Amino acid sequence: MTRLITAAITGMIFGIGLALSQMIDRQRVLGFLDVAGSWDPTLLFVLGGAVGVTLVAFRFVLTCSRPVLDDRFYLPTRKDIDRPLVAGAIVFGVGWGLAGYCPGPAVAGMTLGVWNPVLFVVCMVIGSWIRSRIEEHSRASTSASSTA
Amino acid sequence: MQEFNPLSATVGGVLIGISATLLLLLNGRIAGISGIVGGVLTARSQDVLWRWLFLISLFLGAALYRVIAGDTELLPDRFAPILMIVGGLLVGYGTRLGGGCTSGHGVCGLGRLSARSLVATLCFVASAMVTVFLVRHVLEISL
Repeated sequence: MTRLITAAITGMIFGIGLALSQMIDRQRVLGFLDVAGSWDPTLLFVLGGAVGVTLVAFRFVLTCSRPVLDDRFYLPTRKDIDRPLVAGAIVFGVGWGLAGYCPGPAVAGMTLGVWNPVLFVVCMVIGSWIRSRIEEHSRASTSASSTA
Repeated sequence: MQEFNPLSATVGGVLIGISATLLLLLNGRIAGISGIVGGVLTARSQDVLWRWLFLISLFLGAALYRVIAGDTELLPDRFAPILMIVGGLLVGYGTRLGGGCTSGHGVCGLGRLSARSLVATLCFVASAMVTVFLVRHVLEISL
């Protein structure tokens, strides 16, 4: 129960941060990505502010043996740089460049009362679901062939 | 064009960093929005509710700011359904395949000094910049 409350509070802080920093304005994000146009440094300051905090604070947090409200940290365990990582990042970047939205700002951007972020989020969920189905399918066929 | 505001950008970024820190410290979770969204459909059932609460609160937090700050000015924009559909599908597919987005790999992964996240961040920023360059300056289509 407490974990649900903290999830809600942290989500709210995240949303306030995205709105205050104007990341919900996709044209501002596109302005950052458009290095050959009139470049807008906003996103660099947002990322700088955020990573500035996590770089310092995560060092402390990850020295704890477990989080305050759970038995363990849920962290990615992989260390290798493989093709799916790079390919996925590149595909994500193309979509980000086309729409000017990445997942967080798109969800927060639905407060703007315009259709762009809503349509984007629906299609993003579909895209993620398609990929997870493909992964499930390939897992199923690998285990089927290994048992055969 | 509305002025670039380094103060609100930095303070907003710091809030995002604080949020990510609290979620990790308290719940042991990475504040990666693509992962949290993706898990809404595919995570084990006991893992679904906190994701919904986080996302709904993220939406409400942005709404709260906009109510308090008044009508914050936005840059001129237009409805771009094709870009939203194609962009949304690619962002959903790519973040699932690559295991994260701007928040998961960028904010949290860089904070953990993860080499995977550094590579991913460099790749998606570069591919987004190349995409915008090609569409805006080579094809000369407004985004």
